[in-house]
Amino acid sequence: MTYAEFAETQDKSALRPLARAIYFWRKTFNIFEMELRKIRHDPFNLLTRAIQPLLWMLIFGQVLAGARGIPTGGFSYIEFMAPGILAQSVLFVSIFYGLALIWERDLGIIHKFLASPAPRTALVLGKGLGAGIRGCSQATIVLLTMWLMGVNVDWNILKLLAVFATVLLGSVVFATLSLIIAIWMKERERFMGVGQVLTMPLFFASNAIYPISMMPDWLQRISMFNPLTYMVDALRALILVGAESSYGLGFDLGLLAVVGVILIAIAAKIYPSFIT
Amino acid sequence: MNIIETQGLTRDFGKFTAVDGVDLTLAEGEIFGLLGPNGAGKTTMLRMLTTLLPPSRGEAHVAGYDVVRQANQVRRVIGYVPQLLSADGTLSGYENLLIFAKLYDLPRAQREQRIHHLLSIMGLEDAAAKLVKTYSGGMIRRLEIAQSVLHAPRVLFLDEPTVGLDPIARASVWEHIQRLREEFSTTILLTTHYMDEADELCQRIAILHHGQVAAIGAPAELKAGLNRNGVSLDDVFSHYAGGAIEASGSYINVSRTRDDVRRIR
Repeated sequence: MTYAEFAETQDKSALRPLARAIYFWRKTFNIFEMELRKIRHDPFNLLTRAIQPLLWMLIFGQVLAGARGIPTGGFSYIEFMAPGILAQSVLFVSIFYGLALIWERDLGIIHKFLASPAPRTALVLGKGLGAGIRGCSQATIVLLTMWLMGVNVDWNILKLLAVFATVLLGSVVFATLSLIIAIWMKERERFMGVGQVLTMPLFFASNAIYPISMMPDWLQRISMFNPLTYMVDALRALILVGAESSYGLGFDLGLLAVVGVILIAIAAKIYPSFIT
Repeated sequence: MNIIETQGLTRDFGKFTAVDGVDLTLAEGEIFGLLGPNGAGKTTMLRMLTTLLPPSRGEAHVAGYDVVRQANQVRRVIGYVPQLLSADGTLSGYENLLIFAKLYDLPRAQREQRIHHLLSIMGLEDAAAKLVKTYSGGMIRRLEIAQSVLHAPRVLFLDEPTVGLDPIARASVWEHIQRLREEFSTTILLTTHYMDEADELCQRIAILHHGQVAAIGAPAELKAGLNRNGVSLDDVFSHYAGGAIEASGSYINVSRTRDDVRRIR
C-alpha cells in the first residue's frame, strides 16, 4: 500500500465524528510540535520577552505602590497588578503572532500548509497553542517575580494548573485575533499599524492595572466587551490567596473559550484568502 | 487514465483574466512543463490545480478528484513546491521533513526510514541536523522537494523549481527531479521560464500566453513545427509568446525573486 492509498483510507474514516475529532487534534498537535521546536531552537527569545513584564512590575508597580487612592480590594498594589501584568504580557506576545504569519506567507510556507490535507482550523489552533507556550513561560517568570517581591501567591497545584490553562486560553484568543488581522491586512506595515492601535486600548480598557470601578462609565461599558478583562479576573482569583473573581471563574473561562472558538472559525474560514 | 484534466479552466482577478479557458490533459508518469513569460498565468494555473485558488469558471480534475468539490482528496494525493522559498529556516532539515511526515499521516513505523531515504536521495544527509537558514539555495530546494514527496504523491507540482539558483545548483535539482521520477514514477507538472530546463526535463510542454495555451507538444515537435533549421526552444518560445521575454521581468518580479534568495539566509 502506498502512502497515498493509506491516506485515502484515512480519509474515509474521517467521516465519523469521533475519528474526525481525533484527526483534528492530531493535526493541531503536529502544528503545535512545530512551534515548540522553533522555540527550542531559540530559547533566548523567551527571556528577552520577559523583560517587559518585569519592568512593569518592578518600576511601574513599585512607584504606584505608594498611591493610596486605588481601591484594590484589600490587596497591595503589586499584588493587584501582577496578574494584570501577566495577562498584558500574554496579550503583547500573542497579538504580534500575526506578524510571524505574514513573514511565513511571504516566504511561501503558508502555501504549502494550505495545500496539505490538514484542516485549516487545526492550522490556526496549533499556532495559537504555540503562542500559549510563550505565554506560559511568561507566567512562570511573573509568578517567580511575584514570589521574590513577597506577594502571597497561591501555590495550590490545581490553581497553578488553572493559571496556565487560563494563559493558554488567553494566548489562543489573542493569537487568533492577531492571525485574523494579519489575514485581513495582508501586508506587514498595515498589520503593525492595526496591531499598535489595538493593543493599548485592549490593555487600558481592562482591569489589568486599575479596577473597573475607577473607570468612567463609557470605559466601564467597553471593558465588559474586552476578553482581557475576563482573563485578568480569572488570573487574579487564581493567583492571589483570598481573592475572588468578579464574574465567576467558570464564566471567565467559558467566555474566553467561546470567543476562542468563534475566532478560530473565522480565521479558518478566511485563511485561504491570505495567499491570493 | 489522465492524471490531470482541465476543461475551460479560467480564473479572473477583477477585470483581468489570468487563466483563460485552458484545456489540458496529462498522462500518468509524464514530466510536463508550463512555460510562459511572467504574468502568463503559470502560477495561477498551479494554484488552481493545488486547490489553493478556486477557478472562476471551468473544471479541473487531479487523479480523478474535482479540485473544488473534492479538494481534500486532491490535497492528499499531490505534492506542491511553491515558487517562493517554503522550507522553514528556523527548523532543521530533518524537522522540516518530520513535521510534514506527521501532517500527512505517514505511519510511524515507516516515518524515519522514509525521511532518511529521501535525505539520502536528495544528498542532504550530512546537513539534516542543521538549521535550514544555514543551507544554500540549492539545498533548500532539494529539501523542499523531499518534503513534497514524503507521502508519495501521485502528482508533484513544482513552481519555478530552479529560479534564483546558480548553474551548479540548478543542474543538481534537475538531476534529483529525474531521480524522483525514475524511483517513484510520479507525474510532475512544473512551471519554468528557462528553456534549457524545459528541454532537459520535460517530455511535453505547453506555452502559456495571456492565460491561454499558445502551443503544446514535445519540445522536439514544437521545434520542428517552426520549419526552420537550428531552431532552439527559445525561438519556439518567442514565436508563441511574442517576444514577451523582453517585456517581462518587471521591477516587482525582480525584487521578489531577489528578495526570496536573500531572505532565507
